[in-house]
Amino acid sequence: MLKKTITVLLLIALAGCQPAIPPEALELSPQTLEMRQMQTRYFDTKDEAMVLSASAALLQDMGFNIDESETKLGYILGTKDRDATDAGQIVGAVLVAALTGTVMPVDKSQKRRACIVTHPYGEQKDKIAVRVTFQRIVWNTQNQVSTKECLAQPEIYQEFFSKLSKSLFLEAQNI
Amino acid sequence: MTTRRNVFYWVVLLAVFLICGCATTQERLLDSDTSQVQLRSIQTRAFDTTDREKTLRTVMATLQDLGFVIDQADATLGTVTATKLNRYALRVTVSIRPRGETQTLVRVNCQYEDKPVTDPVPYQRFFTSLEKGMFLAAQQVD
Repeated sequence: MLKKTITVLLLIALAGCQPAIPPEALELSPQTLEMRQMQTRYFDTKDEAMVLSASAALLQDMGFNIDESETKLGYILGTKDRDATDAGQIVGAVLVAALTGTVMPVDKSQKRRACIVTHPYGEQKDKIAVRVTFQRIVWNTQNQVSTKECLAQPEIYQEFFSKLSKSLFLEAQNI
Repeated sequence: MTTRRNVFYWVVLLAVFLICGCATTQERLLDSDTSQVQLRSIQTRAFDTTDREKTLRTVMATLQDLGFVIDQADATLGTVTATKLNRYALRVTVSIRPRGETQTLVRVNCQYEDKPVTDPVPYQRFFTSLEKGMFLAAQQVD
């Protein structure tokens, strides 16, 4: 009995004090290359500043605010806050409340982050690579973070880059 | 009777130990529980290059490969801060500075959820990933 108590205490100690960092967190995985390909496109230009400027304009088109940028390193960070209310989740919460009397928190708001990094590419450095990554943080009605994730749906990236091509065209035409 | 008392002492001792281990005081601000020298040696590697911009750009590309979103980058100061969200939140800051005439020091510190990372293994893994992007070996600094 007491042995069990000690074991439980030890487990609590381990769980509570040392949230271990997952071993794969800082390691390149077999999916790395696939993700990189999905998140990157190459444009035939040497003008990195122009590509960055078109990217910033695109972020604005998509409702993002620019939080950070460093032109010398080809970097822009945009974020936007949006509503995260989900009808299905609310129905579920109402059902649970009706059946058990407990109030379940539902998703309330979310922050989306888009990070764009450009770099000269190719042997002659005659191309500009653009890589974009998206993240999403969701808060529920109790102001707790309910979801934090990297967005990995290929459709998001496809649409982003088709918009970026348009934005580059508009940039070139000075529109 | 004696065994029971013995075990009771053990439990008390363990509880005291837990309290000491978990709830460190205001000193959290300074994280002074780890040796400064030891921490630096875990977190720092030297690369045979003097190209600051290329190093910073490679650091950013590696962080993106690892699933991070860059929060902040400064070419003049030589720092990049990034966050990885994958059910957990992992935040890292990478800083670079020249070392002698031929080398650049790269230092990274990690914060996992609300704890500093002092285990050397994650840092080794990061530098292994960075080596691949740099096409240079990460050298341990004494």
